[in-house]
Formats: sequence, structure tokens, C-alpha cells
Amino acid sequence: MADSTTSTEIGLTTVDGKPLKEALAYAQTRARRRALLLVLPLLLFILVTFILPIGQMLQRSVYNDGFTMHHNLGTGEDTPIMVNLAAWFDDNELGVEPDEAAYAALVTDLIELKRLRAPGSAGTRINYGLSGSRSLFTQGARKAAKLEAPFKEALIGVNEKWENPKLWQVMRSASSSYTGAFYLAAIDRTQNADGDVERVEENRRVYVKLFGRTLAVSLLITFLTFLLAYPIAHLLATLPLRYSNLLMIFVLLPFWTSLLVRTTSWMILLQSQGVLNDAMVGTGILDDANRIQMMYNKTGTIIAMTHILLPFMVLPLYSVMRPINPSYVRAARSLGATSWTAFRRIYFPQTVPGIGAGALLVFILAVGYYITPALVGGADGTLISNLIAFHMTKSLNWSMAAALASLLLGGILILYWLYDRLVGIDNLKLG
Amino acid sequence: MALQSYASPLEKIWHYTYLTLCALIFLFLIAPILIVIPLSFNSQPYFTFTKEMLALDPTGYSTRWYDLLLTFGMNAPDVPRDSSWWADAWENAAWIKATKNSVIIGVFSTILATVLGTVAALGLSKPDMPYRRPIMAILISPMIVPIIITATGLFFFYSDIGISKWSIFGWEIPYLGVILAHATLGIPFVIITVTATLVGFDHSLTRAAANLGANPRTTFFKIIMPLILPGVISGALFAFVTSFDEVVVVLFIGGLDEQTIPRQMWNGIREQISPAILSVATILVIISTLLLATVELLRRRSEKLRGITPH
Repeated sequence: MADSTTSTEIGLTTVDGKPLKEALAYAQTRARRRALLLVLPLLLFILVTFILPIGQMLQRSVYNDGFTMHHNLGTGEDTPIMVNLAAWFDDNELGVEPDEAAYAALVTDLIELKRLRAPGSAGTRINYGLSGSRSLFTQGARKAAKLEAPFKEALIGVNEKWENPKLWQVMRSASSSYTGAFYLAAIDRTQNADGDVERVEENRRVYVKLFGRTLAVSLLITFLTFLLAYPIAHLLATLPLRYSNLLMIFVLLPFWTSLLVRTTSWMILLQSQGVLNDAMVGTGILDDANRIQMMYNKTGTIIAMTHILLPFMVLPLYSVMRPINPSYVRAARSLGATSWTAFRRIYFPQTVPGIGAGALLVFILAVGYYITPALVGGADGTLISNLIAFHMTKSLNWSMAAALASLLLGGILILYWLYDRLVGIDNLKLG
Repeated sequence: MALQSYASPLEKIWHYTYLTLCALIFLFLIAPILIVIPLSFNSQPYFTFTKEMLALDPTGYSTRWYDLLLTFGMNAPDVPRDSSWWADAWENAAWIKATKNSVIIGVFSTILATVLGTVAALGLSKPDMPYRRPIMAILISPMIVPIIITATGLFFFYSDIGISKWSIFGWEIPYLGVILAHATLGIPFVIITVTATLVGFDHSLTRAAANLGANPRTTFFKIIMPLILPGVISGALFAFVTSFDEVVVVLFIGGLDEQTIPRQMWNGIREQISPAILSVATILVIISTLLLATVELLRRRSEKLRGITPH
């Protein structure tokens, strides 16, 4: 404030007569705008090629029009389906027993499905909520045209599954394109016939278990990388530069080597007919009949991922350890501390930021890992990413894949935010 | 890391245990990468050392898997190797086709990532940059978000906008979706390496240039560019390697004919793994060694240029 009053009092102006303060503010705005303009193209690029697709995925996780719209892939035409049933659902609240009108609406819609050749896709949408429904719809649509009133008895006569209250609940839920059902399914929950949320049957609870396994495996890998990285980071940080630069190659070469190459290497090392087992049988440690199964299970995933993620732990640790002044530890020793105490009380606390940075980074990367578990994981070594891929490419339940991916993304973004707060993205280093 | 002269016997024992431990960890890091090299010269279709190999018997070694890399997918691999044989290999051999695709996709995505990333890094490093932190977080996020999520999102997005049918004057741009996706994945690396070289950048240099009458363009090409070039090249190499090694996005959004080296490897590993995979792996290890050496040289050059001595 003081500055501004003096400058107006004295009336400092630029050559062309503008007040200095105004001119400065103008110049600053221009500099800011120029900086922003440099970043803008990339920001737009990322927005279109990355943020928008992720947004679309989030939308897919709550949106599925499989039971409301038929897309004709040949003509590109969209036709609303199940309109009569949806109207009945609008008029009757949840809990109302489906009456003759409801069944009549259903039969009309089934005939329309048959005409559009769409019972398969509509049935698939219901199948996500109640398995076995796809065939029910194809069968129902095939026979619907020949049915006569009363439709309720007639349709149940075709297949008594039509009476199932759970089926009606799923159809009601699917008759609106927006649904939270896939998120419920992603945490092993479902809505029962009365619309209450409950856990699915015991043998179908897979997702929570898999999220749990992903967390546990990632935590274990983070801990293992810490155990292995700490000693070598310390060695690298205390050696003279000409030696540590040479040894650094051992860390950086794996970092630069193709992920697929590293995974392949572990496959040939860990196979039951592979190098490690052969070496152990050859030296007599192991009997030929008892070769250890180290691959296509959790062990394989953990070993290979620990190796692959190890550089991400070593590098932040190293960059924190290198500038640590060795005279602190020496001072502690000269004051009578044993080497263990000096390490525990003096050296270790100074490396904690590096541990935090490395652990967060390794954990974030491990949680979303896909390739390595897919190749060496087998049945019990796969992680949540593999299930997302399964729903994308095999079961084609894309909304389920999107819901699982969104949950994973949410977790990762929280960790990323934490990493930015604690470490700062600017401090991310590559070699 | 020398042992102090006042160390007690127990400390001496611990010191040597510690060094052994470190040696074992370094072995754990490097052995899996080196092991593929001798195994790729196996004369038998096994993934382990045969008796002949261990005895260093020349009959235990062969280059048959490298040969298979060339001939696999050819129309007539068994005719004499004259110019038409090589033409056949160049046109039809599966791995050569995959290499061509990988290089095309890699080069174009790298150019895109490097140009956009470098310009943005220049803006981000300006002291007047507003909203620096959130923007940086967004630009780095493709590196943090799991590749499977990115691939899932891109799959929905590209199929909705029908990118595979986009064309310029009737020419359908090949690999467009994959190139854009790989550029996105490479951008964080460019941003990180270029902003790292701009840390401690002496802005009085640009002012001095302006003072001496250089216009902004001259200043950029004569002053800024030479200083940040090592970082730009490192970033470009990182971006290229990212694209060259990327398989999930290609699997999800790539067309059937968009076969790349990692995709070919992925199929090879999943379906029936043959030692030919190991010869590809060996070639890739050699390439990554060369890249690592280049980046290290560039880093040292950049430090020298900017007058930073490594501490």
C-alpha cells in the first residue's frame, strides 16, 4: 500500500505516460498469458486424448442402455425397446406384484424385440444382474407372437423363470439407462427383489477378494522392493561417484529394458523346466520329482514384479541418500553411539522422505499392474487389472469393466494426490 | 564405503556380509536380463541350458532362432537367399512387418510428444506460470494411471468417434489412434526430463540475448534450444521406448494388421512360446543398452553445459 501511495504521489510513469504500477501489472498479465499459451496446446491434447476417454469410461460405468435402446449396427439406427414395460414400471412402484398389464406389456416388447432381432442384447443386459436370463429372453421372444391372453399365465407357461421376483427387480433397474448396479456388483453387492442391497451368494463373491489380493500383493511388493533397494541405494550413495556410476547401470539397465523382455526372462527362469529349477536339480538341492512350482501362481507375480519395480524404489532412495552428510553419523559414533544406534537414530530418519517417495510410487504402479500378472500370474496370481481386461475382451461386460476401472482409478488418484502433497510431482526423476 | 580403521571384528563381519548382500541384489537385478542372451543361441527348442551348452560345445549353440525371426511368415523361406528372398522377407516376414509398424508408430508418437511436451515444459518453467501445480498433475497423470484404465477409456472413446474411419482427402490415416495414445503416454517423460534441464535455468541469458538485439525466435534457437537439447533428446528417447514397448493399448484399440513387436511378443508368449522370443528379447536388450548409454552421455553433457557438477 505504502508503495502505491508514494508512486502516485511522485507520479512515476513509463515513457509513454502510463502509471508505472499499471504498466507492470499489464506486463505481468502478458507474461502469465504467454506462459499459459505455451502449455495450452498440450493441455488440450491431453484433454482430448486422455481426460475425455477416462470421462467416457466413468460414464459407461453408470450408463448401460442395453435394455432401453437397440443399436442397429448396419444402418446406425437407434430404436427404443422395452417401452411398454418401462411405462408400467413408471406407473407402478417397486414392490407391486407384476399384474396382467405388466405381462401384456412385456409380451408386446418381446414381440418388438423379435422384430428387431435384439432379444440377445437385451437379455445380456438382464443377464448381468441375473444369470441365465439371456436364454430366457431369446426363448421368450421366439414364442411371444404365438401367446394369447391372459399373458401372465401364458408367459409363465413358456418358462416359469418369468415369475421370479428377482428378474422383475433387475428388469426394473435396467429399464433406466443410468444405474449404480455395476458399482454394487463391483463390491459383491446386489439388490434383492425388494430393492434392498445385500451381498451376493458366497460362491460369487470375487471382486472384494480380488481387490483385497491386489492390495496385499502390492503392499508385499512395496515392502520387498524397500528391503532390496535400501542396502544397494546406501552402497551407491556412499561409494565414490566413478564406482557408483558404474554400479548404477545395474539399476538403470532393467529400467530401460522392455517390460515384456523382463517378464519373459522371469518366465524362463521360474518355469518348472526352467533355469532355476534345473540348477537346483542339477546341484542336488532338489529332487527331479519335486520341482518347485514358482510360476503361474502368486509367487511368480510377486518375484517378477518386485524385480521390475525395484528401480522405482532405488532411484528416489538414492537421490535422498546421496546428499546426506556422513559427518552426522561420525559425530554420533564419536559421542559413543554404536553403529546400529547411529544408523537407527541418525541415518535412517534422514532417509524417510526417500522411503515415502519410493514406496508410494511403487505401490501406485503395482496396484494397476497388468502385463506381468497376466503372463506369470496363472489363476491365483492375477490382480484387479486382469479382471478389467477379462471383462473388456472376454465376457464383454463393458459396464462392469468400467465400474471396476473407476474404483481402481479412484484409489490411484487419492494416492497420486498424496504423492503430490508429500513428495511433489516435480521431484519425480527418471534415472 | 571404506571400512573405518576403528571397526570392531563384529562390524568387519557385518561389513562383508553387507557387501555380499548388495552383490546378490545386483545379481538379482541384472541376471534375468542377461540370461536371455546365451539362451537365445540354444540349438534346442528349450528354455534352459542344455548339457552341450554348459560344456561350451559349439553344437549346443546355433543362430537358428535368429534365422526363424527372419523367415517366419515368409512366402518361400526355403529358396536360395538371393535378392528376391530378401524382398520376400522385407514384405512378408512377420517380425519385420512388426518392426516396421513399431518404428512408424514410435517415430510419429515421439515427434508429437516431444514437440508438444517441450513447448509446454518451457511454459511450465516460466516463473509467471499460473496454476502450475494442478496443470503439472494433469500432464503427468498418463504415467500414473494404470495402462489398463487408459486402454479401456480409449477403447470406448475411439469406437464412439470412429477414429479408424477418419481420413484426409480419402486417405485413411494408418495407426492414428495408436499414435495419439502413445504420444499421450510419452508426454509425461518429455515434461519431466525437459523441466529437469530447465531447473536453475538462468533467465538473464535470454534477457542478455534480447538486450543484444536478438528477437524471440533467435533467442529460442540460439540460446534456449542448445541448453535444453540434451533434456529434449532424453525425453524423446523415453517417449520412443514407451511407445516401442507398449502392448496393452495396441491390443485394445489396434486393428488386426497393426501388429507391433510387443504385440507379436505378447502373442508368442501367450500362445506357444518359442526360443525365437528370446532372440527378440536379446535384440531388445542390446537396443536398451545403447539407449541407456546415450541418455547417460546426454545427462552428463547437460550438466556440464549448465555448469552443474554432480554432487
